Amino acid sequence: MGAEENRYAFNSNTFDMDGVEIPFKDGQTIMDAALAAGIYIPHLCHHPGLTPHGSCKLCMVDIGNKCMSSCTTPAVAGQQVSNNTPVLNEARKTITQLLFIEGNHLCPSCEKTGNCTLQAMAYFLGMLDGHFPQFFQRREVDASHLTVMLDRDRCILCELCVRASREVDGKNVFAIAGRGVTAHLVVNSPSGKLADSDLETSDMAAHICPVGAILIKEHGYEIPIGRRTFDLHQVGEIGLEKVIQAKARHTNE
Amino acid sequence: MSKLRIATTSLAGCFGCHMSFLDMDERLVEFLEHVEFDRSPLNDIKNCGPCDIGLVEGGLCNGDNVHVLREFRANCRVLIAVGACAINGGVPAMRNHFDLSACLEESYLNGIGVENPQIPYDAELPLLLDKVHPIHEVVRVDYYLPGCPPSPEEFMSVLGDLLEGREPVLPKKLLHYD
Repeated sequence: MGAEENRYAFNSNTFDMDGVEIPFKDGQTIMDAALAAGIYIPHLCHHPGLTPHGSCKLCMVDIGNKCMSSCTTPAVAGQQVSNNTPVLNEARKTITQLLFIEGNHLCPSCEKTGNCTLQAMAYFLGMLDGHFPQFFQRREVDASHLTVMLDRDRCILCELCVRASREVDGKNVFAIAGRGVTAHLVVNSPSGKLADSDLETSDMAAHICPVGAILIKEHGYEIPIGRRTFDLHQVGEIGLEKVIQAKARHTNE
Repeated sequence: MSKLRIATTSLAGCFGCHMSFLDMDERLVEFLEHVEFDRSPLNDIKNCGPCDIGLVEGGLCNGDNVHVLREFRANCRVLIAVGACAINGGVPAMRNHFDLSACLEESYLNGIGVENPQIPYDAELPLLLDKVHPIHEVVRVDYYLPGCPPSPEEFMSVLGDLLEGREPVLPKKLLHYD
């Protein structure tokens, strides 16, 4: 009886998502409550434990007549939320296409292929092509660091590395600079080079990149096709972050 | 029942998509009972005539590519962009990071082991485009077959749907870009 009481005290509030009643704690976002309940909302820039960012917009849900980012919107008791609808998933596919055409996402030549969350998202949403004209932007590659390299062509500005570096180890290595379509990832070192930063391969920031923008040097194509993260898993599985993080770390790195 | 007519071509492609098509192996025998080929690298037909399906691999890297692509679009009822190159330019589009002149100079003037350095300019040769482009930037594309290359199962799935008069739907388990 005591445990039962506790459970109700903890989850005193619920909201409705796609007809399922989801419990939440006060102040919890819709995203965190849904994930805790084992329900997936597509997302790229959200990572449990890091401050929500709200840049990728894949996690948008319908609340009443409004479309909101579920990673930044607090849950409210009795809310009616739509998540897994054809209209929302089609909009999410369009956003994913925009991310693909904005950078140079040439999967056949990328080390991250098969382990890339953006690519897995595109598979999940059934994206066949980029639909829009390619930007073919030219961005700087920073290979100055001894063990980590930065290919800005693939960066989707999710700020996961920025937040991991700021919030987890306090090194504050990364930031986003520039405005509009020229926004890009920069390194907070006097020279702007990765070599002059405190970044180490043991940092979460060196491994959290969901795409092939931050890569560990001298480790490429080590996992056989068929055994890569998204050969074995779907992006919609709950708690996949641990699997992705474990796979991103190499022995002897 | 009359056979469906299929044309295929490789523009700025590597012929890998055609090889993957041939990887249907013995299933090709049954496939050929339902289709016949128009212009294709697999036969001697020089120009594309009226067709049901056009399969285009490779992006656009020179003037001749654009000419061939327009011939295909004008003649094929259904045009399919096959492979990563046709869909987004693919690995050849990595040259878009550089000036065309720099690429030509590196290959024909300054490259290691180049003898009698000169950039070829005979009128017989198609001029390179400034950038490599996906084919949908020049003509309308009806379907996309992703992969580098698409698997033979993907070809069978999409062509099978078209043969039976269905709207092609690629099963998600066959979807890959690498």
